[in-house]
Amino acid sequence: MSKRVVCYINQFFAGIGGEEQAHIPPSSRSETVGPAMQIQNILGNEAEIVGTVICGDSYYGEHLESARSACTELIAAFKPDLLIAGPAFNAGRYGVACGDICGAVSETLGIPALTGMYPENPGVELYRSKTYIVPTADSARGMKDALSAISLLAMKILKGTELGAAADEGYISRGIRKNFFHETNGARRAVDMLLKKINGESFVTEYEMPVFKRITPAKPVKDLKRATIALVSSGGIVPRGNPDHIRVSSAESYGVYDISKLDDLTPEIFESIHGGYDRVWANEDPDTVLPLDVMRDMEKEGVFGKLYDYVFTTTGTGTAVANAERFGQEIGERLKNDGVDAVILTST
Amino acid sequence: MVREIENAAGIPVVQIATIVPIMLTVGANRIIPGVAIPHPVGDPSRGREGDRAVRRDILERALRAIQTPIEEQTIFTA
Repeated sequence: MSKRVVCYINQFFAGIGGEEQAHIPPSSRSETVGPAMQIQNILGNEAEIVGTVICGDSYYGEHLESARSACTELIAAFKPDLLIAGPAFNAGRYGVACGDICGAVSETLGIPALTGMYPENPGVELYRSKTYIVPTADSARGMKDALSAISLLAMKILKGTELGAAADEGYISRGIRKNFFHETNGARRAVDMLLKKINGESFVTEYEMPVFKRITPAKPVKDLKRATIALVSSGGIVPRGNPDHIRVSSAESYGVYDISKLDDLTPEIFESIHGGYDRVWANEDPDTVLPLDVMRDMEKEGVFGKLYDYVFTTTGTGTAVANAERFGQEIGERLKNDGVDAVILTST
Repeated sequence: MVREIENAAGIPVVQIATIVPIMLTVGANRIIPGVAIPHPVGDPSRGREGDRAVRRDILERALRAIQTPIEEQTIFTA
């Protein structure tokens, strides 16, 4: 028995209209519409497209939750084994709609879903962890290639073939890592990569580094003598006993500690719980990581105005970028409200 | 964390750590190289007074960094 596939497309690819029809609410047809016809040709007898769900791009974008649930219901009514959305190319709203409906259908109906987008479509970053996204050209000129790539991946998924690495299978990495035994060990592979790099040959990393954002530098402090300065650290210095149970690595929280009555961080009252460096020195004198003693000296000498009454600390080892960003946003918000003028942040 | 504090509070944040490339990567704008990974703002091998002197030197540099107008990521080495 052939598998059942439903396609999701927008008003434009359904032939209803362009921007002036982008407001149309979800509807469905029990036939192949637009790109679905070409997909059916490629799928052949392997699978049958049993229906097409259509929604205007603006409608989906402006009514995210209700559009999602209405489209999911329309799709569920066809009892599909797989959903194919788009491809959306570089259309932002369409990309978001395709990624969103694929993610929702995978989650609520428990069936695989895939879509296609230009890698820079904002829908990619938002939904690549939730669904398969095949990279496409930036416009419908790349329709033919996009549909064949999507259909091939769809057939593989429908047959239950175990998928390998995203790059080999032709979809954008979902950030999922699978453990397996490699025929050569890590040291060998690392040296091979290094040699290729030295020889100027191309190589593929096994662990891609995240891409970080940049911000414009803040304006400098004008009057140091009247400035309040806060200490922050990712070096894992906490009151003895780690009262807030901050994790020694992969931290999901940070601590806020009152240092207004302290002049020195001694081993009797503070310790390091950081799991990513040798804590011998930090435990003998926590000031070597969180420099309260000298900051207090300089405050008393009038070098700067005032040391903020609290320190913020966490452990910066294996910490998820999203968590670190959240800590920063929360700490920044609080420092702003308390009129702090600058921050000294130490990391190990 | 350093970038988001600066962004949320709109105030200069100077980061002191030992691996400068990481600070550049995470988007720190005012950067001061630390002494060593386990003791970025001190040098216990120099004895109590020496350790504090090193710490003082680095923190004075940090205070200069937060008073310095910059247009891009800057490493304050002296």
